[in-house]
Amino acid sequence: MNASTATSGNEKRRSWKRPPLIKDTKWRYGLLVFFTLYFIAAFVSYEVNWTRVYEGLDRGWEFIKSFAHPDFTTRWPDISEGIWESIVITITSTVAGIFLAIPLALGAAANLAPKAVYLFCRGIISINRALHEIIVAILMVAIFGFGPLAGFITLTLSTIGFIAKLLAEDIENISKPQAEAVKSTGSGWWQWINYAVQPQVMPRLIGLSIYRLDINFRSSSILGLVGAGGVGATLNTAFDRYEFDTAAAIIILIIAIVMVLEYVSGFIRARVQ
Amino acid sequence: MPVTIKGELKVWQRRDRTKQFKIWFAWLIGVAVFMFCWKIISDVTTWFFVFDAPRIAADIGGRAWPPRWSYLSELWKPMWDTINIATVGTLLAILMGVPVAFLAATNTTPSKRFLRPLALLIIVSTRSINSLVWALLLVSIIGPGIFAGTLAIAIRSIGFVAKLLYEAIEETDINQIEAIQATGASKLQVIAYGIVPQVMPAFAGLSVFRWDINIRESTILGLVGAGGIGLYLQSSLNILAWPQVAVILIMILVAVVISEWVSSKVRMAII
Repeated sequence: MNASTATSGNEKRRSWKRPPLIKDTKWRYGLLVFFTLYFIAAFVSYEVNWTRVYEGLDRGWEFIKSFAHPDFTTRWPDISEGIWESIVITITSTVAGIFLAIPLALGAAANLAPKAVYLFCRGIISINRALHEIIVAILMVAIFGFGPLAGFITLTLSTIGFIAKLLAEDIENISKPQAEAVKSTGSGWWQWINYAVQPQVMPRLIGLSIYRLDINFRSSSILGLVGAGGVGATLNTAFDRYEFDTAAAIIILIIAIVMVLEYVSGFIRARVQ
Repeated sequence: MPVTIKGELKVWQRRDRTKQFKIWFAWLIGVAVFMFCWKIISDVTTWFFVFDAPRIAADIGGRAWPPRWSYLSELWKPMWDTINIATVGTLLAILMGVPVAFLAATNTTPSKRFLRPLALLIIVSTRSINSLVWALLLVSIIGPGIFAGTLAIAIRSIGFVAKLLYEAIEETDINQIEAIQATGASKLQVIAYGIVPQVMPAFAGLSVFRWDINIRESTILGLVGAGGIGLYLQSSLNILAWPQVAVILIMILVAVVISEWVSSKVRMAII
């Protein structure tokens, strides 16, 4: 609290000033100057064709209106095939990703693994999370060919990185007394993992798996753009042909499925944790 | 804890028979579903390509190395564009997302029946669609270029920012708010002096976090024509210029690492 006092005669006036967000003066003004310069530079170099934007607003309004009459019937075979492929890719890649992530997470936990294994596994996880899924999808399509298999491999790889990182952090946070108690009964290594580590991390793992299922479905809807299977290809074709009714139908379906998955995910996580 | 007595010994089992049976049955269903889905994928896969994959991967790797470093001189402007897309997009998202968050939080929303469900609908629909799809849509409406990319990033981030922010607003300490109300503050003053200081650290943290994610997403928006370095990636892929692709991927990697470092530093400083 900053209180300044000013005495005039017998009066004392105190005013309160709100404490600033960033306390260090150097950083505060430095950041202010930096951001002003950045915005001036960005504004100058920002090239927008405003006439094109203005002309496009009509089409934008067409698109928004098309949500009032989405067209599910004309292209239903394509839409259903695409959505079905997306769901299949989601399920298989989440399951496969979790199974492959568990040994990686065990190796990346500082309290379980020897130092060399720990560094190696952490390195794999970092590399895994570095590239965006679309880029990995493009490479996988180039290597494995078009179709849902490339999408499956892409999402499996990203699931492995995600689950392994968070699971490793959770394993590092287990309570030591519980682990030591099980070890003191003379258990082997595998029994120790099964009875000391697993019960403690299981709720979080189930929560993470459901969360990842949701993320994978959202990602699988764009993998089709590069040929890796799913509804993305159908959506891309609909936009290319300016068939906004069909595109609106696909988007509504995607939002509906994501909402259902989120609801199920919240329900399961509340019951498990 | 299920304990059975066998003769003189007490034997402890982790789960009793019914629960164990249910777990086995759930596993059976799970494996059946997985095999069913796997068959669907396998039926449409050209397995010859899959078995040929290591050779193809080695071939591409051989063509991509050494990277064409001279291409780097053409990439600085697109990289600058990409960073602008991410930063301006995040800023727009914050500007639009903060009101939505206040409308969606139960303790600050002016109308629980109409505005709150509307705000929640906005949050869900902007979160469910990937920013690449928004970019596709916007490119077909307002034309290619960085403006489409910026709007796509902004729209996608509104849902993220608003969701985390409204959860933070709902978790504020009621005592501080009541103290401000007791001084006779109006509703807006309560928000400004009671709620905002409490959510500010979380808000700053999630803004920087979203900016970091947006840098990663902006790099690929160019694949659908929304500007930035993705355009050059798309054109290099189309002409199969693998050394150029390698340079672009390395540049993207460096940008992502730097932005992650900045983001984690800022979040450490806030906490």
